[in-house]
Amino acid sequence: MSGTDNVALAGRTPDQPQPYKELGMNEEEYRKVRDILRRRPTASELAIYSVMWSEHCSYKSSKIYLRQFGEKAPKTDKLLVGMGENAGVVDVGQGWAVTFKVESHNHPSFVEPHQGAATGVGGIVRDIISMGARPVAVMDSLRFGAADAPDTRRVLPGVVSGIGGYGNCLGLPNIGGETVFDPCYQDNPLVNALCIGVLRHEDIHKASASGVGNKVVLYGSYTGPDGIGGASVLASASFDEESQAKRPSVQVGDPFMEKLLIECSLELFHKGLVEGIQDLGAAGVSCATTELAAGGTGGMDVQLDRVPLRDPNLLPEEILMSESQERMMAVVTPANVDEFMAVCARYEVPATVIGEVTDTGRLVMTWHGEVIVDIPPRTAAHDGPVYERPVAVPADQARLQADTPGRLPRPSTRDELRKTVMWLAGSPNLADKEWITSQYDRYVLGNTVLAQPENAGVIRLDDETGLGVALALDGNGRYTRLDPYAGAQLALSEAYRNVAATGAQPLAVTNCLNFGSPEDPGVMWQFSKATEGLADACLALGIPVTGGNVSFYNQTGSTPINPTPVIGVLGVHADVRRRTAMAFAAEGHKLVLLGTTREEFGGSEWAHVMYGHLGGLPPMVDLPAEAALGSVLITAAQETLLSGAHDLSDGGLSQALVEASLRGGLGVRVALQGDPFTELFSESVARAVVAVRPEAETRFVDICTQAGVPFTTIGVVGGDSFTVDGLFSIPLHELREAHTGTLPNLMA
Amino acid sequence: MARVGVITFPGSLDDRDAARAVRIAGGEPVELWHADTSLQGVDAVVLPGGFSYGDYLRAGAIARFAPLMEELIPAAKAGLPVLGICNGFQVLAEAHLLPGALMPNAEGHFVCRDQRLRVENAATAWTSEYAQGQEIVVPLKNMDGRFTASAETVEELESSGRVVARYMDVNPNGSLNDIAGVTNEAGNVVGLMPHPEHAVESLTGPTTDGLGFFTSIVKGLINA
Repeated sequence: MSGTDNVALAGRTPDQPQPYKELGMNEEEYRKVRDILRRRPTASELAIYSVMWSEHCSYKSSKIYLRQFGEKAPKTDKLLVGMGENAGVVDVGQGWAVTFKVESHNHPSFVEPHQGAATGVGGIVRDIISMGARPVAVMDSLRFGAADAPDTRRVLPGVVSGIGGYGNCLGLPNIGGETVFDPCYQDNPLVNALCIGVLRHEDIHKASASGVGNKVVLYGSYTGPDGIGGASVLASASFDEESQAKRPSVQVGDPFMEKLLIECSLELFHKGLVEGIQDLGAAGVSCATTELAAGGTGGMDVQLDRVPLRDPNLLPEEILMSESQERMMAVVTPANVDEFMAVCARYEVPATVIGEVTDTGRLVMTWHGEVIVDIPPRTAAHDGPVYERPVAVPADQARLQADTPGRLPRPSTRDELRKTVMWLAGSPNLADKEWITSQYDRYVLGNTVLAQPENAGVIRLDDETGLGVALALDGNGRYTRLDPYAGAQLALSEAYRNVAATGAQPLAVTNCLNFGSPEDPGVMWQFSKATEGLADACLALGIPVTGGNVSFYNQTGSTPINPTPVIGVLGVHADVRRRTAMAFAAEGHKLVLLGTTREEFGGSEWAHVMYGHLGGLPPMVDLPAEAALGSVLITAAQETLLSGAHDLSDGGLSQALVEASLRGGLGVRVALQGDPFTELFSESVARAVVAVRPEAETRFVDICTQAGVPFTTIGVVGGDSFTVDGLFSIPLHELREAHTGTLPNLMA
Repeated sequence: MARVGVITFPGSLDDRDAARAVRIAGGEPVELWHADTSLQGVDAVVLPGGFSYGDYLRAGAIARFAPLMEELIPAAKAGLPVLGICNGFQVLAEAHLLPGALMPNAEGHFVCRDQRLRVENAATAWTSEYAQGQEIVVPLKNMDGRFTASAETVEELESSGRVVARYMDVNPNGSLNDIAGVTNEAGNVVGLMPHPEHAVESLTGPTTDGLGFFTSIVKGLINA
């Protein structure tokens, strides 16, 4: 085929100008490619290097910081597969393992909220499938601009329908997450999707292409021009402009095909037909071929013209960069190819052999007989550039920390305190999120034990033994803006507390690090501090990071978002029948506040809601106290001492009592010892409020005493109002109206 | 033991849950594959929820032409007990085993909620374990759940007692007459938009109120 740039031509035309800058490469990187190949790259090779060396795929700005998650990792025998694979795999006992990961799809969700969010779910689900696991649940962590901003009414419903439309159609229960509004996310919403999968120990699959002569099979959807838009620069210079005209810049999801891919892939694994596997996400065929080849015997021959196309006019370099969804690549022994194809046919999933594994150490691709790619795959997959970008404390950091909330007028009268309870309960960040979560199927698969708005999602893995897992996803951009080191630790702390509140033993961590531009030294400083804080805290709590994702370039105009590390913690329940739920639903049970309350309002929900204020320092991190609190909550659950437990976080004790009361449909009556404002609204860490079964009171006190966790009996469950002795009494129906009315009104 | 088949179409989602419900009710679930041509001698069939073929055409419109449906349709007409849940109801309506059609929800988006229902007909093959007029709470989760039919059909369904269940408190999808489920004239084929198979264990469901649909068929078959 004439006109296709190939290796022979590249050798003869060393000086041909190439659009590397438009593809996002700098001159130094382009030079490096030329040095590796000892000639200029072909158009296809340039496509591969440009996407594989992009920030998104190569982690070139974050790599030097992410290393500490491995270097500082606590010793554990629970990690069956560590970081580096598609997702880490954690031993949860009884021969079962769990894999989980969270990933961002922020920018596409701003451009096209529905498809952007939908394909975010699709991508993370394929990550889980490629570990050999059956996906069993999803969660999502969302950030939008101000709740009353006009564009939020465009973005939020689209994102929610995208997550719901895709996840519901896949048959995966959505068991939790968070939704936060802040003007800093106005032009840059965050959509972080998490998927959890389960597998038997013996079923772990890895991304590698081993065994010379084994076949490389591409299966799933046909390849189209979607997702190349971001790199539409291909249209420049020597590329065909005609084929560029109609391409969408955001990928379009087909959840039905993904559902078939799940069932088809699991049957392929089950029948032992897969030697190696990789999902196709960012950088599509480029990523899958280079990573599979680099991870295995070292070489691969691919006939790129065999890739089945939705648009026959696609150029080879476009096929390499396409991010068409719902595609997987498998390595299959020649003897198994027929059976592999038969399984795919049963599920009506297209599958095509496009190449085979070699030991040449080269990834060689042909296009109608001409060699268009001939590279050492490691150089694209693993040996990309690594940057140590400049870091500098942001110019306003000291001023921000000095501007403490101490100057803000506080509620002092009974009526002001009462109103503050109501305002917080109805504020967009703390209000009931049912408008969102009722669009997600939480029941499908029949194993959901707890789902939103519970402390954490809990699912059963084994019907017989009751083995299960808990998952929580938390982040706080305001805390992290005030102190990035502490902010990341506070996110971990909260997720740990949420998992423990259900009675699960925390085991492992995943993260999605959402930050501004790495070229901004202030952002890089935030990133360096946040990753350091997270790694240190994981070590202190004894739970390793198993994988994660970095999302840079989250800006509104030239202003970076509040740095937002979103942290997922996975915990295990030996028997989910002993989980603790958040509702206070048992009349007469005593309410006990666990932990120490300090006067801490920096970055608090109160300062945000009442004054739009952000300044001072976030609550003090106290990881030993967090671990001690966790041990009490876990033991109490195992011995079924509690009828309800709710963690304290945003909005403090007041909000925790409101939520647990409304959930259980019963009021609470409490008496406060110290300053009512601090007692009600402070956001000190390592605290929870629990309802203790009458017969278990003595035992519970023993457990708290042994663990060194401060405890105070503050009141009792019952009645139909939220009553603070001597201060106020708010009927539950009034609270419910304030708490549940906000989102429907905003989205009406 | 009563053998209850559960058909898996491409895109079926609640098939394992329906099988679990059959098991908990004391029956033996039998996996049936849409492309097969044998009902394997089962005593009853459940068409589970999901998004068969992605619901890219009308919900249930393609599944209704599956090879196994060619076996099922005459069997159902001859009296085989068949329960269609959610997408299964849509398939049965598309196959004209049940009257009416299921349209997109009035509010235009997916709804998942714990829904109170009243059992209006406790004489069908799938509802005999309930009392007439009994109120139950089971999950409802759908995109296309708005029951619609001609005025004459609705009148006929109402007057002949063929409305099996009705929504209470709120009508979650805009269904005519708050209709949540209907049956055929013989009472062996039932379509239900809510999901009783998700209310069979107190651990994972809002109630265990849904179990009655499955014990009805299992006991009925044993007694038959």
